[in-house]
Amino acid sequence: MNQKTLSYILKRILMAIFTIWVVITITFFVMHAVPGGPFLGEKAISESATKALEAKYGMDKPLMTQYWTYLTSIVTKLDFGPSLKQRGQTVIAIISDGMKTSVKLGLIAAALALILGTVLGSFAALRRNKAVDKVIMVITTAFVSMPSFIMGSLLLALFAVKLRWFPANGSTAAGLVLPIITLSLYPMAYITRLTRSSMLDVLGQDYIRTAKAKGVSGRDIIFKHALKNSLIPVITYCGPMIAGIVTGSLVVEQIYAVPGIGRAFVNSITGRDYPLIMGTTIVLAVLIVVMNLISDILYKVVDPRISFD
Amino acid sequence: MKIEPMKLSMHVNLDEFIPATNEDKEYLVRMRPSTTFFKDGMKRLKKNKIAMTAIIILIVIVLACIIVPAVWPYKYDQMLGVNPGSAVDPSFANLHPFQLGTTEKKLAAAGQFVFPHIFGTDDSGRDYFIRVVYGTRISLLVGFFASLIVLVIGLLVGSIAGYCGGKVDMVLMRIVDIIYSLPDTLMIILLASVLKLTLGTAIEGTVFEKLGSNMISLFIVFGALYWVSMARLIRGQILSLKEQEYVLAAQTSGAKGGWIIKKHMIPNCISVIIISTALQIPSAIFTESYLSFLGLGVNAPMPSLGSLASDALNGLSSYTYRLVVPAVIISLIVLSLNLFGDGLRDAFDPKLNA
Repeated sequence: MNQKTLSYILKRILMAIFTIWVVITITFFVMHAVPGGPFLGEKAISESATKALEAKYGMDKPLMTQYWTYLTSIVTKLDFGPSLKQRGQTVIAIISDGMKTSVKLGLIAAALALILGTVLGSFAALRRNKAVDKVIMVITTAFVSMPSFIMGSLLLALFAVKLRWFPANGSTAAGLVLPIITLSLYPMAYITRLTRSSMLDVLGQDYIRTAKAKGVSGRDIIFKHALKNSLIPVITYCGPMIAGIVTGSLVVEQIYAVPGIGRAFVNSITGRDYPLIMGTTIVLAVLIVVMNLISDILYKVVDPRISFD
Repeated sequence: MKIEPMKLSMHVNLDEFIPATNEDKEYLVRMRPSTTFFKDGMKRLKKNKIAMTAIIILIVIVLACIIVPAVWPYKYDQMLGVNPGSAVDPSFANLHPFQLGTTEKKLAAAGQFVFPHIFGTDDSGRDYFIRVVYGTRISLLVGFFASLIVLVIGLLVGSIAGYCGGKVDMVLMRIVDIIYSLPDTLMIILLASVLKLTLGTAIEGTVFEKLGSNMISLFIVFGALYWVSMARLIRGQILSLKEQEYVLAAQTSGAKGGWIIKKHMIPNCISVIIISTALQIPSAIFTESYLSFLGLGVNAPMPSLGSLASDALNGLSSYTYRLVVPAVIISLIVLSLNLFGDGLRDAFDPKLNA
């Protein structure tokens, strides 16, 4: 790794940290712009009780002081404060609880999408304009134009309600099958299309012709020359894919009642649990920013032809 | 050094001065009218069968959204079982397709024509077909206006950054970079959930009240977050166009700024701008339905395709079609718009034709 690469990586890391700070700041001030405050929904709270509650959660202090306290406690202790609606639970406990399920779900979905996507994509590219290719392209086009919540609801209607193959409730292991399929279909279709077009591009390159002319076997050409190079664009997609799976999981977990972080987030919005909304937004945002960072850096490191600027 | 004597004689080939024969003149006859960039693109577009199918589907859907609500005998928020002065008739709720409520059955038995409920009714006794049509209309309108907002803001910021250059450009582009790296869906959910609460009182009594606070917050969120890629695109276009040889050539031959903008800049970047605006519409529809699905979209009783799909989840086992209908329409719209946008790009982007 040379000087230029290092300085690029450093610059990207600083930029990512700055982005995370912007997210925290926006989230904090947006949440505090809400009129009424978090205790409005609870019935029959006297003025003195509201005052006492506000004092307990430090809400009577000036806004900038609250902001500073919040920021420092996140950075130093990973402390997002207590949840307002789920008494006795801290935000970070709820988040890490939900994360266990969600990360499992997301990782399996991502792996499934990557493996199936690259295999189907290369398959389609190698049989270009044959029936297999056309079928794959039509199906993937349909999948990429279907929002995840539509896909999730339709799969639920078909496999859980009509056919009863899988349970509709996602709290058991068998119930996680449908959410995983729902989450992986869109990125799988996207990766298939990406791999196909980049494979076709690579197969037209001079070095493939050279390899053929030298008498390299078809399998070696595909695996040693074509596939390796055509997977480079797929790496760039990994960051956005994680972001897509994260946001997709918000609705998918809602549809299948999966006890993950996405459902906690949506419930915190409807329940106006401000610390939980803030905490979840920040954690998910950090996840997305870090994933984008990694895939960007990986992309530049893997392909030496890409220049740094 | 020997100096050559100056040659004064002219070598003229007299053959070149013979009047042209009729045969020669035929070469100069215009065989067909000269084609413009627009005509050329349209010709290519018309040949693209997929894009033409997509646009026909879109036209049918748009026409249906405009015409059907005007002629349909039911309203989208009309609860058929509820009549002033009499008890609520529960027989109108949750009708299956082509079923009728009790009072309607009597009318039909008496030989009167009763307009059928093609998709039945929902759990409040509202005709589901008209709700789907109305929801499609809302979704399309949101998509269209959100893209327009994105276009206007992006055009403004992008062209300012491109023209001014220097420090203005740098500051604007850093802002764009930061917004671009924000996780957009999370920010949208956050802003939409907060704006929904804050806007409710702020817009009371104004024209915006009719639209509903959710809709307004949707537009604000779009305006605040989605303009960045458009601004980047337009800035890039202007920067690259400024450097083109033909702009320099026009300048050296004395063309004024206005002429260059009218004759060179606009024709060369308008297609790119229109195409990316067209491709913005499906993503706006996508986002709107996503938010409506989470309950952050349109205000009830106004339907949108997302909220219809979300409501349908409650009665999934007995009324699956209530989910399938909006799902199919939304996928059809997004798919057609994407395919048509791709067709437009193939037909009108001259850089791709090479």
